[in-house]
Amino acid sequence: MAEVTAEVYPVRNSVKDDSERIISNGVYRGLGLTDELYQRILKILKRQPTLTELAMFSVEWSEHCGYLCSRKWLKLLPKKGKFKTLIGEDSGGIIVDDLAVIFKMESHNHPSQVEPKQGAATGIGGIIRDIFTAGARPIALMDSLRFGELDKPYNRYLLKGVVDGIQFYGNCVGIPTAGGEIYFEDAYTGNCLVNVMCVGVADKNKIMRARVKGKGNAIIYAGASTGRDGIGGCSVLASAEFGKDEEKRPTVQIGDPFMEKCLIEATLEAIATGYVAGIKDMGAAGLTCSTSEMASSGGMGVDIDLKYVPRREENMQPWELMMSESQERMVLCVKKGKEKAIEKIFSKWGLNAKVIGRVTDDKMVRVKDSGKTVACIPAEALTSPPMYDMPYKEPGYIKEIRKLNIKTLGQPGDYNKALLKILSSPTVINKHWVYEQYDHMVQTNTVVLPGSGDSVVLRLKGTSKAIAVTTDCNGRYCYIEPYHGAQIAVAEAARNLVCVGAEPAAVTDCLNFGNPQKPERFWQFKNCLEGIVSACRFLHLAVVSGNVSFYNENPRGAIYPTPTIGMVGVIDDVKKITTQVFKKEDELIILLGKCIEELGGSEYLKVIHKKICGRVPRLNLDLEARLQKAVLRMIEEGLLSSAHDCSEGGLAVALAECCVSQKDAMIGAEIDNLPAKIRVDALLFGETQSRIIISAATRYLKPIKQIARAYRIPLCVLGRTTKEKRLKILSYIDLPLDKIFDTWWNSFDREVNR
Amino acid sequence: MKFGVVIFPGSNCDQDCFWAAKDVLGEKAEYIWHNDIDLRGFDCIILPGGFSYGDYLRPGAIARFSRIMKSIVEFAKKGSFVLGICNGFQILLEVGLLPGAMLPNKNLHFICRYIYLKVENSQTPFTHLYKTGQVLSMPIAHHEGNFYITPDGLKRLQDNHQIVLRYCNAAGLVDSNANPNGAVDNIAGIINERGNVFGLMPHPERSSEEILGSDDGLLIFDSIRKWLK
Repeated sequence: MAEVTAEVYPVRNSVKDDSERIISNGVYRGLGLTDELYQRILKILKRQPTLTELAMFSVEWSEHCGYLCSRKWLKLLPKKGKFKTLIGEDSGGIIVDDLAVIFKMESHNHPSQVEPKQGAATGIGGIIRDIFTAGARPIALMDSLRFGELDKPYNRYLLKGVVDGIQFYGNCVGIPTAGGEIYFEDAYTGNCLVNVMCVGVADKNKIMRARVKGKGNAIIYAGASTGRDGIGGCSVLASAEFGKDEEKRPTVQIGDPFMEKCLIEATLEAIATGYVAGIKDMGAAGLTCSTSEMASSGGMGVDIDLKYVPRREENMQPWELMMSESQERMVLCVKKGKEKAIEKIFSKWGLNAKVIGRVTDDKMVRVKDSGKTVACIPAEALTSPPMYDMPYKEPGYIKEIRKLNIKTLGQPGDYNKALLKILSSPTVINKHWVYEQYDHMVQTNTVVLPGSGDSVVLRLKGTSKAIAVTTDCNGRYCYIEPYHGAQIAVAEAARNLVCVGAEPAAVTDCLNFGNPQKPERFWQFKNCLEGIVSACRFLHLAVVSGNVSFYNENPRGAIYPTPTIGMVGVIDDVKKITTQVFKKEDELIILLGKCIEELGGSEYLKVIHKKICGRVPRLNLDLEARLQKAVLRMIEEGLLSSAHDCSEGGLAVALAECCVSQKDAMIGAEIDNLPAKIRVDALLFGETQSRIIISAATRYLKPIKQIARAYRIPLCVLGRTTKEKRLKILSYIDLPLDKIFDTWWNSFDREVNR
Repeated sequence: MKFGVVIFPGSNCDQDCFWAAKDVLGEKAEYIWHNDIDLRGFDCIILPGGFSYGDYLRPGAIARFSRIMKSIVEFAKKGSFVLGICNGFQILLEVGLLPGAMLPNKNLHFICRYIYLKVENSQTPFTHLYKTGQVLSMPIAHHEGNFYITPDGLKRLQDNHQIVLRYCNAAGLVDSNANPNGAVDNIAGIINERGNVFGLMPHPERSSEEILGSDDGLLIFDSIRKWLK
């Protein structure tokens, strides 16, 4: 190993423990710090760091916590949109009347790949804490998952483990897991993605911030005791690629949802007293992150003594206590003199709450171990890791993969078979096997259940309003064309909200990519980010919170670039909600938008032709915005019986879903008119953007046409809903609904349990 | 009348039951912390769903030793009404106010979805607003709802008309296809011999408003109210 030519600084007498000072290069590298970062640390401290200090820097300056590579680009994301936004330290949200709707999405990819059940479970625990730490009661969870293809047993094991982790944790804490999405692509083999979004609601005037205030106020540690679990979770595990034979299981945390449930109630009760001046959860980087970031945000210092930290293991060293990512822990800044009142609330819920230190005004994070100083770092410097300008370069595969000669592509001989095959693709099939394992109804707000609408809808009790939530991202599109793929993710998320009658309001994003040190990977990141920025700007959507997950790769390569978009929309009148299923016989089926001959990147190409190539569908943001406004207007005026977006699998799959998504009341459809003279496979399965299928009573055709004309939206009456339980599309498709239903409803179970 | 909704650490349907009783039905309701023991003034105690004490050991196994349970047993002995929903039903079994036990669902998964129920006994204080044979739509959400009882016990339940609700299909047919969790005799809800303690796995509080997909559950709360008036 090469010797680092570090200038050796004199040790200041503020740190007295000699045993803490023995630092070798192996130590900081083992903690995930580079030589360059170590040099910076020396410059900040003007002396050699102690082991505890090194540990603190290593987690705070990890890519996961410090956003070293991404920060420069994240600044481009719009912070303002058509709704008034609130941007906090740990999450963000929008104002809806007197309420703040707070939301954020986060990844827990590497932990889930290593230990799927606990990895997914603790991912949920972490994102929930980000929401209630703002004083908001969590009202919904969404999971956006990506796995390798299910023919590999290990991928089935991961899927089952992740779903088990989500149900284990989410069901117990009493927050509905109301929806989400799952995609299967070979690119995720060896690095699954688990992105979890949480939405909460608070009084807009009572939002808490993650900062300390007031010299002499108490720093209170609350919740579970600290153990050795999760040490290095954010640095060694989350901020590096998977190697060949590494054993990283000990870096995964273990969750206790019962503890979390009690922590939610106790924390909200504590906040309601008015005695809490600031609060932050201990997530990634644990005690280090919570204390130093609260100090830095508040422009103050903190002075804590580790001897007061509740522990569940013996002989824990200061650096271990500062790095541990044990779950279900919070740090509160409590007004001086009110410590007992807060401690009493936590104790009522059977939880620890201990004063571990005080707020100071010297802007230093000072950590003691039974009075002996083991770390003393300027808060501002500790929480300001360097920002890198990463080089990027177009990857070699890009030109090749975009090529597709549609003329040489054969068309299916039997479209019935082709439709059933696409419907049984794990990405397209109904996922009730998954969502029925989640309690998606607790809190009695879920008014559009998973599987029945394009987004889930949650009413806001005590108001006439509701919010709709969706997550979206087609990673395959983003792999082929990152900029367009990311734009489509934003546009489709907004379209999904519009289909239930919600006005798209704001975005949270979870940006999953490979190793940012590789210019070709960073090019994907940069282009996706620019795609999100442009689409959000055009649609007037703020990005209020988010998360970046790099290093999603293993020796086989990187994942598809996957910038998952979580979006929240607002429904003014909870009575005006639309779902995707056809409601009545003999109503008109209408397509809004036009069909273009494009098959690139489609599910059809992948499933039927085993090809992943071709330009992804074009997106005209202007048309998209007009389409969304037109459909919202139609729903507002009560004209529509149903609305459903055309996405993976195209028009034919969307029509099939409209027919069968209400198990006990399936409605048939007869399509006798298709809008364009293009190839039949492109017409049925092409994934042209900006298309919505609606159904309506015949008498509403005139006003629907008027609205479409006003917004310059192409409109085509495709046919009618029928009493006969069949789906007929011209001469190409004629299938009984029972058959479609069985394929769409039962295939997933068969895939998972094969 | 006044409902009391018990909160154990880990209860998570307490607020939903409170909402159904107070805001939807319009009756008085109050929360009762698990360490409180004074039940004076309450006409019906609701043990809500959730994961009391994390469901550690076995659902309801720790909650039955909670301080309030002694008071609830006394309360029931006096003939006052006790309604246990989901985890509340599991607690009633553990404490012995109702007979039988819960096993994990036969597919070993948590199941959350709407199911159909057949009203088998509409002569109880909890179900007198329904008709016998009526088919209800209500959701279930549990991991341990596979009701078990010995053949003798089952015979007693049948002979005494203590089986109040059974899982069925949309047409009211009670068979194994309509049984979501493997419960003996498709049992979804039972009542004690005296008729004042009722436990059920489905969630009436989640189906008390049309906007949630069904309001069939509201009549359980309303039955209690009307019976007492």
